[in-house]
Amino acid sequence: MHGLDLRIDPGERVLLLGASGAGKSTLVHALAGVLGGEDDGDEHGRLLVAGEPAIRPRGRVGLVLQDPDSQVVLSRVGDDVAFGCENLGVPREETWRRVRHALDAVGLDLRLDHPTGSLSGGQKQRLALAGVLAMQPGLLLLDEPTANLDPAGVREVRDAVASVLDESGATFIVIEHRVDVWLDVIDRVIVLEPAGGVLADGPAREVLERQGEQLAASGVWVPGRTPPSPNRSRVAGGGILSTTGLSVGRGRAAIQQGVGLELRAGRSLAITGPNGVGKTTLGLTLAGLIPPLAGSVDAAPLARGLSPSPIAWRSRELVTRIGSVFQDPEHQFVAPTVRDELGVGPQAAKMPEVAAGRRIDEVAARLRLTRLMDANPFTLSGGEKRRLSVATALVTAPPLMVLDEPTFGQDSRTWAELVALLAELLDTGTSIVSITHDAAFIDAIADSTFELSKTALVTS
Amino acid sequence: MTAAIAGGVRRVSRLDAINPVAKLATAVIVGAVLLLSLDALSASVALVLELALFALARVDPRRLLLRSSVILVAALLAGMTVAFYGRASGAVRLEFLFAHVTDGSLALAGATVLRILAIGVPAVILFMSIDPTDLADGLGQILHLPSRFVLGGLAALRLIDLFADDWRSLELARRARGIADRGRARRLAGMSFALLVLSLRRGSKLATAMEARGFGGSTRRSWARPSRFGAGEWVLIAVGVAVVTIATTSAVAAGTWRFLGAA
Repeated sequence: MHGLDLRIDPGERVLLLGASGAGKSTLVHALAGVLGGEDDGDEHGRLLVAGEPAIRPRGRVGLVLQDPDSQVVLSRVGDDVAFGCENLGVPREETWRRVRHALDAVGLDLRLDHPTGSLSGGQKQRLALAGVLAMQPGLLLLDEPTANLDPAGVREVRDAVASVLDESGATFIVIEHRVDVWLDVIDRVIVLEPAGGVLADGPAREVLERQGEQLAASGVWVPGRTPPSPNRSRVAGGGILSTTGLSVGRGRAAIQQGVGLELRAGRSLAITGPNGVGKTTLGLTLAGLIPPLAGSVDAAPLARGLSPSPIAWRSRELVTRIGSVFQDPEHQFVAPTVRDELGVGPQAAKMPEVAAGRRIDEVAARLRLTRLMDANPFTLSGGEKRRLSVATALVTAPPLMVLDEPTFGQDSRTWAELVALLAELLDTGTSIVSITHDAAFIDAIADSTFELSKTALVTS
Repeated sequence: MTAAIAGGVRRVSRLDAINPVAKLATAVIVGAVLLLSLDALSASVALVLELALFALARVDPRRLLLRSSVILVAALLAGMTVAFYGRASGAVRLEFLFAHVTDGSLALAGATVLRILAIGVPAVILFMSIDPTDLADGLGQILHLPSRFVLGGLAALRLIDLFADDWRSLELARRARGIADRGRARRLAGMSFALLVLSLRRGSKLATAMEARGFGGSTRRSWARPSRFGAGEWVLIAVGVAVVTIATTSAVAAGTWRFLGAA
């Protein structure tokens, strides 16, 4: 990032946009004074917060980051909120007064000794917000604060921020590629140019109108410019997987019982429901990764001579039958380069080398990974990691794919690519089970939804 | 008032309310003094006194047994080793391969078991009631250890839960990728490396979040939770000193005290 001239006045509420790699996070980290020292890179020009260099703003700037799990510092809610005040040397009585006030402001109605480990993602983000508020910052910075949250969590955090801003009058800068979430809260949009500098700057609606098309093309979710849904032939084949009286859980306790569902070739099923209801556990069970606690998963049409129950298959037998894509792509990376990563499945399935090589190139090209073949999977961007994790499952051509939150935190461009690819797979007879909160994704891809709830099961 | 709010309702036995720093000090004193001799008498006296004191402090006997079970197993294993291979003296009771069980080695084994229990049981019981946050408060406010070090360690502790979840996902992902059938050793090595990468990343994110909240700055830190060191704490330490004093005095009086195992 370089050559950026920008002035933000007290009390302004700014949405910061730009293609990935435009330096949004870098700017926000720099404002918060957490960018690191001279060892971490070069610095030119001046960055002033309230007229002073933003090296150590010491509590005048509050920053909330994307990952809810990595921001909780202490094990009790009250202590965690107090942490920032302690670091600023705020006296004890004043600290606890601020803690209670901050928890009130973000709507976290919990005991001060409530364990932070048991909070939901939305609650953790509100906790992080409260921790920042207790420091009484004049500038509040949010770096994709809702990217890892379900729709209910997104609303929780957005509403908490809105009420906090109304009360404190703090200056506000948020990075978020889902524009509609923040549209009612912000009054100015700044679009950074990838090459450096400002591409657009002005009142929110005006900038979105002028730059909407370009923003949408660079991956920003612009309201009214949802990527088009692909056309599908929607031909259903025979059944490929069914469950009867299925109970799922990790350990001994069942989190869902009596699950009965059926899936046909070329069809797409979406599993939905609130956080913590067992969607991922059900997905893992259907994918043959964890054993059912009761009942059965019958995938006889996929078995090709093996037991009908996927959990009885060997790992290398599984890869050519059911492909799994995990919520966190990093969990499933096992090789030092993208090319090796794509070779793992074919090698396990003992595919002939020439055919495997051709297939790898084909899948890599389809998912725009060709120029990244020698990169380390861990160094890829979020969208690239997601594409690679889908590619690793796809490369052994399994007739069934199970995807856990495939569109979580993705920009609109990766989203559209993913949806188009899945539609293509469905048309060639592959079946897809996806665990998802994403209403647009369900609209575009799902033939049926299976909604899990805490009390009863609903199918539609 | 603030202490009550921050502390909440985690009080189980009388020991819970004692400052962790005092517990740490007591366990260190008991352990250090009891390591000075290898006789059965001082260890037995100490152990009996300790168990009586824990009963007085209303430590649940079942919890005590459960938590000390590891110490018990370790003590018995160590005792067996000493009985088989310890310095032989007196009548030989059993002999096979390199093992000689003699009157002398049996006595030594008994003393070893008692000593491990006398040191280990109070340490476990004192530590099991320590809340990590309270300990960090104590280390920072009473011992004045650098807060950067104390709180950094405390925050890192919180990441351990996340590691367990990561490890499980890594395991399932290996099965999904087709590489869970063979090469267990290599797979575990790969998973360990992946876990290391994931934890470094989490660690650096947590560090950024902490820094963003003013951690590690030049301002003098305040402490939201008071960590007090009063009469109760001194009583615990005094009790610990009394236990080891009575134990060593009785051993010296009985003539069984052997400084650092000297014959």
